[in-house]
Amino acid sequence: MTDQDTKLPSGRTRIENLEMRGITKRFPGVLASDHVDFDVKSGEVHALLGENGAGKSTLMKILYGLYKPDEGEVFLNGKPVAIASPTDSIDLGIGMIHQHFMLVPTLTVAENVALGLPSSRGFMTDLDVVSKRILELAKIYGLKIDPDAYVWQLSVGQQQRVEIIKALYRGAALLILDEPTAVLTPQEVDELFVIMRQMTKDGHGLIFISHKLHEVVEISHRVTVLRDGRKIGTRPTSEITKQDLANWMVGREVGLTPDRGTVQRGEARLELKDVSCDSDRGTPGLRGVNLEVHSGEILGIAGVSGNGQRELAETIVGLRKTTNGRIILEGGDVAGLSPAELTNRMLSYIPEERMRDGVIREFTVAENLILREHEKAPYSRSGFLDLGEISRHADELIKRFQVKTPSSETLAKNLSGGNIQKIVLAREISRAPRVIIAAQPTRGLDIGATEYVREQLLEQRRLGVAIMLISEDLDEILALSDRIAVLYEGQVMDIVPRAQATPEKLGLLMAGIRSEESLSVVK
Amino acid sequence: MDPIVILSAGVATGTVLFFAALGEVFAERSGVLNLGVEGMMLIGAMSAFSVANSLGNPWLGIVVAMIAAGLISQIHAYIVITLQADQVVSGLALTFVGTGISLVLGEGLSKAGTVAQIPALSVPLLSQIPFLGPIFFTNQSVLVYLGYLIAPLAWYYINRTRPGLHLRAVGEYPSAADALGINVFALRYWYVFVGGMLAGLGGATLSLAVSPGWFSELTTNGQGWIAVGLVIFAQWDPIRAALGSYAFGALRRMILDIQGPLTLFGFDNPFYYNSYLGFFLQMIPYAFTVIVLVIGSREAIRKRLGSPAALGVPYIRGERGK
Repeated sequence: MTDQDTKLPSGRTRIENLEMRGITKRFPGVLASDHVDFDVKSGEVHALLGENGAGKSTLMKILYGLYKPDEGEVFLNGKPVAIASPTDSIDLGIGMIHQHFMLVPTLTVAENVALGLPSSRGFMTDLDVVSKRILELAKIYGLKIDPDAYVWQLSVGQQQRVEIIKALYRGAALLILDEPTAVLTPQEVDELFVIMRQMTKDGHGLIFISHKLHEVVEISHRVTVLRDGRKIGTRPTSEITKQDLANWMVGREVGLTPDRGTVQRGEARLELKDVSCDSDRGTPGLRGVNLEVHSGEILGIAGVSGNGQRELAETIVGLRKTTNGRIILEGGDVAGLSPAELTNRMLSYIPEERMRDGVIREFTVAENLILREHEKAPYSRSGFLDLGEISRHADELIKRFQVKTPSSETLAKNLSGGNIQKIVLAREISRAPRVIIAAQPTRGLDIGATEYVREQLLEQRRLGVAIMLISEDLDEILALSDRIAVLYEGQVMDIVPRAQATPEKLGLLMAGIRSEESLSVVK
Repeated sequence: MDPIVILSAGVATGTVLFFAALGEVFAERSGVLNLGVEGMMLIGAMSAFSVANSLGNPWLGIVVAMIAAGLISQIHAYIVITLQADQVVSGLALTFVGTGISLVLGEGLSKAGTVAQIPALSVPLLSQIPFLGPIFFTNQSVLVYLGYLIAPLAWYYINRTRPGLHLRAVGEYPSAADALGINVFALRYWYVFVGGMLAGLGGATLSLAVSPGWFSELTTNGQGWIAVGLVIFAQWDPIRAALGSYAFGALRRMILDIQGPLTLFGFDNPFYYNSYLGFFLQMIPYAFTVIVLVIGSREAIRKRLGSPAALGVPYIRGERGK
């Protein structure tokens, strides 16, 4: 082979083949990785697919030197290597793009790249040298980047590019991308895929971690599925369907697209008229939002994280003060009412931070299930709790909502995320609400629990409840919503009926670009 | 009520505040709030005076003061960095510990009389500059000149050097620094130590130069709290910390001096030996403390002022990016 064949454009030698053999990692009470084999070659995207807790992250953290495996070995180009820390893996040419970016917002791009590296000037920084090399790399790999920009000024997609540059700067020949698309708009995902294709063409090996099946099918050459710490199999992507992958991940037949059915849309139950509020920082959080949610419909709220979704939910449920506008719940203005008063008007809320706002961690399952109604009969009589009734109520809901818990007296904090969400759902749905605000209801849940939550929301829609679904997962918005409103910087960019909504169209709106054909506001 | 006297004295007493505040700037820039400054200053003041008293060498006293205060700061470091406890509570406790230890070990020192002090001197030429010369360069302690030197150096260190870059990264987003192989824990220990040393230097400056002697807890009399407050008003910047310290030092001196003259600008002086103003002076450190705690507990205000994002948050490895 000539030098040209073995070198990457960055000047670094390729990693022709990296192999992990028999990797086993035990945590107290869990076998996080059970004799897993995994390999990636130069010039390919190898997708690693699995549910939460399947062992994807554990495997990659072992490869990146963050965890030490109990058993198993890593071979690089056929030779065994020891990886004890991230420094070792970086030296071997392995880079990792973390799901949560590892960038310091108050530093510039160049400063972030230079962090932790020796400087050519010793004690002093050599940011001009770093900037020059960043621009070189950016040119080679076709990444647009300004080394002097502060990271907080950059969009999420740009920040990801900084992360990639950071890895390339450190000589990464093999990149681990941990759920890189989770925070991107569809357009940014496309851009990322262009970069990824270019990198594989140049001879980099990429490991792509995801639980989004269509992305895996689109970008990867091979796919490995993990479940419960075990490897289910590795296949060339061209030989496998999405449905197969989903069944592999979950271990049973799953429905990928929930059956929405048709429901007659009824009267407007929740109306927001010109609603504004402040964010935590005192800057405008919502700016003149107008929305209506009707009986028997799901209004999807799409948008990139941090564009007012949290403020929207909290304003409606009474946790955040409005600075302007009216919120009308079934004909009455409820802006300024307390959460308790809104509860009495049968407004239900599935909060984004389920561990913080959804349950009280130190309370039992039974207690958490009556949080909304604990002051009322039959749970409370003349100020005394009726423990028997509370327990009976809990047992009924545990059964109906298939909550996996040892008993109704188990503390909420001991349950898994999926089961905690079932508790929240059970409490919020079982009281026959008129309106439901569901914020990121399936975030962090596995496919099975996600499927369940979505079915429950659709069931409520069939019963005529007005549902506002706030989600950063565009696939979820498209799968469930009747109409889709896009939030951008606290404003509603547009409201699109589902039939006319495409990921591309929504993606543009999420990036703050109003295309001409979507200008017509649909009521 | 001579403005030159007030400003000149302000620079001298402000140097004490500046050293302590600068130490706190370093600790907080690394993400650790240390409310134990008052205690560490007392340790410094006591040990400096004690060494100068028994060995007759004030310079050695300074060195010992810095080491002693640096070591006592490591109690706080261990509690909040390794054990990840609440930084406010631990810092308050450190003040009590430092005060207590210095009172016990300093017992009898107040009767020691005069000891060798850090010399004061005037700078040739510079002291001839009108107005500024008499304030900054005439008959000031060597330690005051040291302060002029340290302020720009500290600024340069934080903003323009590689270790300074690491310091900022650790205080803003420790998990990012950790992922790049920077030892977050070691750096935080180190900067808490630096903070302790500088607080000790501040204390030594008091007992060996600015107001020589050991007067138990009245030696510092709440100046450690003022230093902590100044850090916020300086927005974690060494130069601003220096200017703020000098201004505050001058204010303290003015409150004293204003009680002297019978008339003020041709009117009867309402402050003439007015004991309420004395109380006002004594109140200031505690008012500062209240403000510090209020601001420190309001995340939104802190962010607007440009506080290090990870200030007060223990770094726990494994919970990356949370």
